[in-house]
Amino acid sequence: MTTDFWTEGEPVVDKAAPDGPVETRWERRKFNAKLVNPANRRKLTVIIVGTGLAGGSAAATLAEAGYQVKSYCYQDSPRRAHSIAAQGGINAAKNYRNDGDSVYRLFYDTVKGGDFRARESNVYRLAQVSVNIIDQCVAQGVPFAREYGGLLDNRSFGGTQVSRTFYARGQTGQQLLLGAYQALERQIGLGNVEMNARHEMLELIIVDGKARGIVVRDMVTGEISTEFADAVVLASGGYGNVFFLSTNAKGCNVTASWRAHRKGALFANPCYTQIHPTCIPESGSHQSKLTLMSESLRNDGRVWVPKAQKDTRRAADIPEDERDYYLERIYPSFGNLVPRDIASRAAKNVCDEGRGVGPGGLGVYLDFADAINRLGRKAVEAKYGNLFEMYERITGEDPYETPMRIYPAVHYTMGGLWVDYDLQSTIPGLFVVGEANFSDHGANRLGASALMQGLADGYFVLPNTISNYLAAGPFPKVTASDAPVVEARKQVEDRIEKFLSINGDRTVDSFHRELGQIMWEYCGMERSEEGLTKAIGLIRALKEEFWTRVKVPGKGEELNQNLEKAGRVADFIELGELMCIDALHRRESCGGHFRAESQTPDGEALRHDDEFSYAAAWEYFGADGRPTLHKEDLNFEYVHPSTRSYK
Amino acid sequence: MDIKVRVWRQSGPSAGGKMVTYDVKGISPDASFLEMIDVLNETLILNGDDPIAFDHDCREGICGACSMVINGVAHGPEKATTTCQLHMRKFSDGDVIDVEPWRAAAFPVIKDLVVDRSAFDKIIQAGGYITVPTGTAPDAHATPVPKKDADAAFEAATCIGCGACVAACPNGSSMLFTAAKITHLGLMPQGQPERDSRVIDMLQAQDDAGFGGCTNAGECTTVCPKGIPLSLIGRLNSDYRKAITKR
Repeated sequence: MTTDFWTEGEPVVDKAAPDGPVETRWERRKFNAKLVNPANRRKLTVIIVGTGLAGGSAAATLAEAGYQVKSYCYQDSPRRAHSIAAQGGINAAKNYRNDGDSVYRLFYDTVKGGDFRARESNVYRLAQVSVNIIDQCVAQGVPFAREYGGLLDNRSFGGTQVSRTFYARGQTGQQLLLGAYQALERQIGLGNVEMNARHEMLELIIVDGKARGIVVRDMVTGEISTEFADAVVLASGGYGNVFFLSTNAKGCNVTASWRAHRKGALFANPCYTQIHPTCIPESGSHQSKLTLMSESLRNDGRVWVPKAQKDTRRAADIPEDERDYYLERIYPSFGNLVPRDIASRAAKNVCDEGRGVGPGGLGVYLDFADAINRLGRKAVEAKYGNLFEMYERITGEDPYETPMRIYPAVHYTMGGLWVDYDLQSTIPGLFVVGEANFSDHGANRLGASALMQGLADGYFVLPNTISNYLAAGPFPKVTASDAPVVEARKQVEDRIEKFLSINGDRTVDSFHRELGQIMWEYCGMERSEEGLTKAIGLIRALKEEFWTRVKVPGKGEELNQNLEKAGRVADFIELGELMCIDALHRRESCGGHFRAESQTPDGEALRHDDEFSYAAAWEYFGADGRPTLHKEDLNFEYVHPSTRSYK
Repeated sequence: MDIKVRVWRQSGPSAGGKMVTYDVKGISPDASFLEMIDVLNETLILNGDDPIAFDHDCREGICGACSMVINGVAHGPEKATTTCQLHMRKFSDGDVIDVEPWRAAAFPVIKDLVVDRSAFDKIIQAGGYITVPTGTAPDAHATPVPKKDADAAFEAATCIGCGACVAACPNGSSMLFTAAKITHLGLMPQGQPERDSRVIDMLQAQDDAGFGGCTNAGECTTVCPKGIPLSLIGRLNSDYRKAITKR
């Protein structure tokens, strides 16, 4: 199908996918993968971009295995990657609670939670290795929450009916990342990893059709250098900052992925973004980011709004029978623990009805009064103390006394570079792990599954699959004077020069904010053909304006934070257009993506499996300005597509 | 709110620096301190001035990137709070606020408020880990850990590596940072085999990196955004004494 906005090309096929019973696919893939003997590993170099859970664990593991690893991160230390901010927990099918959990159930929940838009083989593998992750982390000394008997504690999380989430108070991401970081630092100390902090990848180098290196900028001196390897791994995270306001760290960006996309890597399901239901609402035009309150709060907090519209009474003054605990009312069997997409959209709906609370009516209450009565303040404090403190610091309100106000915000992106079962992109030698790939979450990710996927990819999957590729190496030596290297370097230098020479009258942030508003309005929780078409026009105009009016102060050869931002925002603008095109082409509601034209009579999401049961992998905008769609058909042999019902 | 900020401006590692005063008008009390600097920077850029460089990332108090000495106090006036979590409602209309970088021999200034904290990574490299190659771990329940130990280890492990402790210390010492890691790993049964070598090697690394010695001034714990207590330094010293006598 060809339209004004895209053309359709050949389907994309996952050639690495094993067949046979799902339970043994990973075992067989590992057995059939070529190995590299230990003596040869030190002749092979791997570049890894990003040091979060996926990149940090991959770098440590590959270095341990004997490969030469070069690691890059934009932060001043690998310990600061944004995985650090994940709060709630990490899932694993340990069944330590004896509540009927199993690898199969975690697999089932994840495929269903992803609204039948993920690959069964990948998800099954994820569930299988989940148990090894917990073992690994405990051995590293990660201080998970424990019970009085000394064994690990678990909690339940949205979208599931078992307790399989391991946690370290509200700082699980921090503790897991520090585990990976410490393993990485050990390898750095041993000389097995060359660590390059405050370095940003600005281009991918492809030689003879293979990913062979990257062009990086030293963010302190501004020096541009070319770095070579036998394989390149992107672990550069998600692209939620395309919305300007998101729960991502300020530095999170799509540039590494987008540069690879421009060089030929397909970008899959870009419109699949997750809107997290429990974030602290915006307080004004100065707002630079949004802060998430862990979803685990929904275990004990009850979500409600006043029954009446425009009710401006204080929460405490609204009597019980004038409150609408709408999640418990609409979804009696899951109640406050419905999956994220459902909780987010329900919050938007009640606010659209004029029943929202707080400034601008963009908020709903998350109330702990019942939990405090039932469990006591001390127990609530032990579970959520740091989250309550964080809330109070930001809003100036005490959640032990007044219910929290929450509102949905962009939190995670399920889309990303297309990868096969081996986590290899469509460019040979370019592997993508963690949130940066389009991964295992389909159209919606369940809570506590991001940490699981990041560590699964980094510790257990990539180290087993990349050997199959590296076994053919070492590849012919690449030098700085090779034509593709010279060209890639020149692209970076020309672009920097262009940013610095425009000298317009608008700041980079002003463009970023405007892009974010367009994306939130038209490509956020609810999308329509009319809105998306309008958004594409607005983004194209914004792009033109950016390249003529942006003002980037300073020079290239110094620490220049606005120059860094300019490159990231330029890439976000292009990505934003692709996201809208992807959202436009998918004329169905699924997962976190609600399409206004596709709903049931009672306003629930309506999926169209007959037409859209595929991953949409996009090729970069061609000469005619249109991206090409390559479909990967999804087959469900085990978990048969059904309408998700949490009622 | 209308305020003035006096900010340390330094164009590069070897350049001299000075405090420069800026007016910030009409800032919302709900803005964070960093958002106030964002707003100021937007004005500076449009006026053709060089915006203020500062480290920041997660802006939710956990990554440890932000690092400003505000009115002489690392991370500013609010207890147990990082700069990014400090809000303008803690200040008053008309205030003049001083903003400086971390100042310590081991944390050289790169530009304006940005410093080089890679010395912290060097300390971790020296022993701030448990050696466990991927895939070799026994079942997670093989070794129970008493809840009180696990909880105490967690408290120590909440250190975000921001370096406020060093910035506040009159000696520029990193003892609280090192002690937090020694305590975290030393409380876990998994951390026992390397306990002695860890403390010796990490202390050597912090000396090599140019951090000063500890004189129990206690400034570190006062500014620590995670409230890491001074008692952990006592624990470190105890571990060190035991380790060194076994040698």
